[in-house]
Amino acid sequence: MSNYILEFEAPLREIEDKIDSMKSTGIKTGMDVTEAVQKLEEQLTNEKKILYENLSRWERVQLARHPKRPYSSDYISRITDYWFELHGDRYFSDDPAMICGIAVIDNLKLMIISQEKGRGTKSKLFRNFGMARPEGYRKALRLMKLAEKYKIPVLTLIDTPGAYPGLGAEERGQAEAIARNLFEMSKLRVPIINIVIGEGASGGALGIGVGDKMLCFENTWYSVISPEGCATILFRDASRAPEAADSMMVTAKDLKYFGIADTILPEPLGGTHQDYNQSADTLKNAILDSFLELNKIDPDKRIENRIEKYDKMGKWSDG
Amino acid sequence: MAEWFRRKSEKIKTLDKREIAEGMWLKCPQCQEVVYRKMLEENHFICTNCTHHFRITSDNYIQLLMDDGKFEEIAANVQSVDPLNFKATKNYTDQIKTAQEKTGNKDAVKTLIGNINGIKAVLAIMDFSFIGGSMGSVVGEKISQAIDRAAKDHLPLVIITASGGARMQEGAYSLMQMAKISSKLARYSDLGGLYITVITDPTTGGTTASFAMLGDIILAEPNALIGFAGARVIKQTIGEELPEGFQRSEFLLEKGFIDHIVGRKELKTTLSDLFSFFNFGASEKEELSEVDDNE
Repeated sequence: MSNYILEFEAPLREIEDKIDSMKSTGIKTGMDVTEAVQKLEEQLTNEKKILYENLSRWERVQLARHPKRPYSSDYISRITDYWFELHGDRYFSDDPAMICGIAVIDNLKLMIISQEKGRGTKSKLFRNFGMARPEGYRKALRLMKLAEKYKIPVLTLIDTPGAYPGLGAEERGQAEAIARNLFEMSKLRVPIINIVIGEGASGGALGIGVGDKMLCFENTWYSVISPEGCATILFRDASRAPEAADSMMVTAKDLKYFGIADTILPEPLGGTHQDYNQSADTLKNAILDSFLELNKIDPDKRIENRIEKYDKMGKWSDG
Repeated sequence: MAEWFRRKSEKIKTLDKREIAEGMWLKCPQCQEVVYRKMLEENHFICTNCTHHFRITSDNYIQLLMDDGKFEEIAANVQSVDPLNFKATKNYTDQIKTAQEKTGNKDAVKTLIGNINGIKAVLAIMDFSFIGGSMGSVVGEKISQAIDRAAKDHLPLVIITASGGARMQEGAYSLMQMAKISSKLARYSDLGGLYITVITDPTTGGTTASFAMLGDIILAEPNALIGFAGARVIKQTIGEELPEGFQRSEFLLEKGFIDHIVGRKELKTTLSDLFSFFNFGASEKEELSEVDDNE
């Protein structure tokens, strides 16, 4: 299957098809098509460059949700030298939408808290499409407190379409679980890095998203509500999501401009799914650099900086 | 703007936000009884027939709680600047202006310091009538300054919530207000501060998922709608009817997320009693002398 499956990627798909048919013609007829194929491949490279360097916000949202995009587990298996998953919130159950565990990356010990969407129908259902329940947030908190006890820094990987809006989730205190994490994460005595690898939808993302540094892959979105949700409410029309993405300014670049994200992580041309290993390398290096910097700061100072960082967020006038 | 609070389900009644209409006579949205406005006012907008708590404004709460209605406002001049230059069916700037004219307030929260039964406290009171009590940069900054003041003067803090959640016209900025307020509360708590939440109808979304659920003591008015996700979304997700009384104060009390349901008439005494119990304010001396008497 082609890697170019999104609507706006149709021109690339066409060139790819031409290359394929040219090649099969070559095989069938014995004609030398090398030059023609080469020309088309050059055209593809150029088209890709033009297309991906001028993406609209809505197109980036689609890349953030791309079904082939690497998920947390894809990164964890590539970047860690040691990984041991830890399960359960000790109150109610284990939430497979949240993958947590201890890890070592290049001699750096870490607690990884991550959201996992699942690939394929069975896995997606098991992972609840990356929509965590209160148990997920409580498991995350339990393990962040464990990390704090042993002075192990915390890495969170954010990729969720939102916290799960179910009956049981409400009954077991979805709001309380998220609120408690915001409260506890803001004063956790170890460094915390938050990295958006796909979608960062609202409270569901923020529930594991408080920390010292926030990094976003280039083609990710992070906002208070999904573009569709915003369009439904404010434009009264879900199909106006592209406009809503622009109005809310939801991309990594926007977040950097707002002063909410610290760093944008570059992606292979066309998205992280075009090259899993290259994307994992980018992630790994960013993690190592960020913790190296944060580990130098005294814990009290680090917490004070963290609170001050959030205190500056927002825009208002003083009269 | 308030469309997302309005439930389509027959089972879950959502009251019109302007339920305290003009005129001499008002109809109670719960028991449908027509009540004389003046009597309702004297009864703190609690239905004289069925005890339904009408939604009231921050000014009403000030009259209800503050000694002699007196207070000093905190961060009085902070107001919105439309950081995203947001345009939808209505422009955000116009929306703010209309809300300011309608309510006479700068934004969806009033922050202040004053006495409750002789005990000094810091209060943040949200107003659902101001763009659905939504939380943007201004709400975040005002509450943040209020918390700082409570921390500095070692005063108890009360936040009365009434909010549909984050204000999406401010995009990610509005989301980050949840983190901003929660982190300030964490610091205040570590300094020994006492934080009491009073949840009123309705409190949902990001407001519930941050400071509403972080009180050392969480109080709620009777029958207030309190939740994270909207009832309509949940119904779509699970594909079945929601139980009676779902996401109401009594439901949350039963599930263990609220300490006590307190009627509006008992709110002032409840707050000052709690302040005293946790050693804030005037009664510290009295307690000591009581101990002396016993000895």
